[in-house]
Amino acid sequence: MPFLRILLVRLLTTAITLAGVAVIVFFVIRVVPGNPIAMMLPPGATEDDIARLSALYGLDKPLLTQFGIWVAGVMQGDFGTSITTRQPVLDLVLGRLPATLELSIMALVMAMILGGAAALTGTRFRGGRTEGAIDVANGMALSVPDFLWGLVLILLFGVLMPVFHISGRVTPSLELPFTTNFYLFESLIRLRFDLWADLVAHMFMPALALAIPLAAIIGQLLKQSLKETMNLDYVTLARTKGYGETRVILREALRNAALPTLTLVGVQFTFLIGGTVIIERLFSYEGLGNMAIDAVINRDLPLIQGIVILFAVIFTGVNLIVDLLYTVLNPRLRHG
Amino acid sequence: MSFLQVRNLSVRLKKGPPLLRRVSLDVAAGEVRGLVGESGAGKSMIGKAVLGILPPSIEVTEGEILLDGVDLLRLPLAQRRRRIGALCALIPQDPLTALNPSHRIGPQITDRLVDILGWTRADADRRAGELLAEVQIPDPDRVLRSYPHELSGGMRQRILIASAFAAEPKLIVADEPTTALDVTVQKQILKLIAGMQARHGTALLFVTHDLGVVSKVCQRLSVLYAGMVVEDTSVADFFAAPRHAYSAALLAATPKYTDPSAGLIPVPEAVISAVQAEVAAFDRSVAHG
Ligand SMILES: Nc1ncnc2c1ncn2[C@@H]1O[C@H](COP(=O)(O)OP(=O)(O)O)[C@@H](O)[C@H]1O
Ligand SMILES: [Mg+2]
Repeated sequence: MPFLRILLVRLLTTAITLAGVAVIVFFVIRVVPGNPIAMMLPPGATEDDIARLSALYGLDKPLLTQFGIWVAGVMQGDFGTSITTRQPVLDLVLGRLPATLELSIMALVMAMILGGAAALTGTRFRGGRTEGAIDVANGMALSVPDFLWGLVLILLFGVLMPVFHISGRVTPSLELPFTTNFYLFESLIRLRFDLWADLVAHMFMPALALAIPLAAIIGQLLKQSLKETMNLDYVTLARTKGYGETRVILREALRNAALPTLTLVGVQFTFLIGGTVIIERLFSYEGLGNMAIDAVINRDLPLIQGIVILFAVIFTGVNLIVDLLYTVLNPRLRHG
Repeated sequence: MSFLQVRNLSVRLKKGPPLLRRVSLDVAAGEVRGLVGESGAGKSMIGKAVLGILPPSIEVTEGEILLDGVDLLRLPLAQRRRRIGALCALIPQDPLTALNPSHRIGPQITDRLVDILGWTRADADRRAGELLAEVQIPDPDRVLRSYPHELSGGMRQRILIASAFAAEPKLIVADEPTTALDVTVQKQILKLIAGMQARHGTALLFVTHDLGVVSKVCQRLSVLYAGMVVEDTSVADFFAAPRHAYSAALLAATPKYTDPSAGLIPVPEAVISAVQAEVAAFDRSVAHG
């Protein structure tokens, strides 16, 4: 069973990766200057006040001891308490995670649709002007980073033609009947399409900004791969059977050409998730990334640790899913 | 009127030298025509032109390809593909690359029947089972559900042969269908193709560089050199007395028909330069109108 073996190996490497991330983040954020306690106290607080509060949060102990306490807590599912909000880090982080996941997945879907359409159209009309135009558009999409696309989109659809919301996750005055923080998903389940539309109108621009560079990568890779596949013998044989070129691309070439693209998309998707940090800030979207920036500004050490660990879990999770998908889609691996 | 008539077909690499030089050949209904010539002579190019699968870098500069009286080169692409799909089929050279790795065998045999010819799925599936039995594949049901990588090269070539005959085409192009196979399997596959052709009465354009094969399966023969047909004759006449010096040299170069122990006799220099002069003269006559 290659499936199980892959899973086991990946779980093991994931554990090692996470341990490494935990060590690095813990010590790095304590080496950089900036005292969280001093930041939370009003100006004019005495040295005594600072010392008292530091003791309360355990920040007076030696670094290694602090690390030991933190790791022991994490093992039991306790990620500590946020210094700024005094709420459990785990609750804060898990509360924000759905917003970021929904944004990232929306962006991924957009990127696959846009990139897939570009690749298929470029392959269908390869060697002509259409393909040239698609290559130019791809190049442009790639040469501008996601947050600049965010600014461009804000100017276009927030200011010039205000069709989408430029800030927040949902219109604040709306009554939300949700029991989870997966608003977009839950609005569909509850058939509240009014809320769904409002959520999409908020999410559209940040998701598109994240999607554009990834769409360009998918478009280029998949087109390259499709064009190579279109010269293979089994594709030629399908042409002799009477199929038109579009059918041949979709039916014979797409699946085989998509396989090599898939792994690279997995890596690129983790970059996209990394991009949510700045994009969420830009669009005041209440997700993990936005919270991460606040946490860094306030030197909220336990919260930073929690967020970084969670991002690491997401990244390795994405890579695991891609590997498993690759096995599922490739019959040669499935039975081998 | 022959089912396939190729008339004065010339193709070239776009803006490049000619690859086929006014090739003409006929394949009558139910007839087997061999197409021989050394590697690079343009045998596959003729097959590709007939099946409408010339690479995009290659253009037809003149000629006609009449399939059942209709010139394929005058049809719009979609119509040409459909006509070819309905009337012709290809047995490819390399069975290892000619099947789609991500589809099961069954749909790769039945796709044309269902999608192009409008059969019901049930009829097509039954037909696929019968065909696999006809090409002597044990346990057809299991094979139909398999993926290509689970089957041997010989098995896959049997499947491709079955697939070629599935729609009862009027013409099959077989492009060196045994060269990529194990020597031990080659004979069986050859016999299989010959047997299927005879039973189904399909016309066959058989590309090969092996005159031994020609003598076994073909009735007529075209000898190709540098994209030019140097001889078009019946197989019986050819083996009795080839007319063109190059054909004669080719025949002499085939060990089985002289002395098997003698090995390969290369085509003599003099013959090569004579036929090359012929090609050059042809190109000059084309250039001067
Ligand atoms: N895709 C291609 N692009 C350019 N030249 C080609 C291509 N395919 C074949 N040729 C050239 O056309 C000539 C005939 O090739 P082919 O028909 O494959 O020969 P063969 O008789 O061995 O089947 C050769 O000189 C070959 O180099
Ligand atoms: Mg060839």
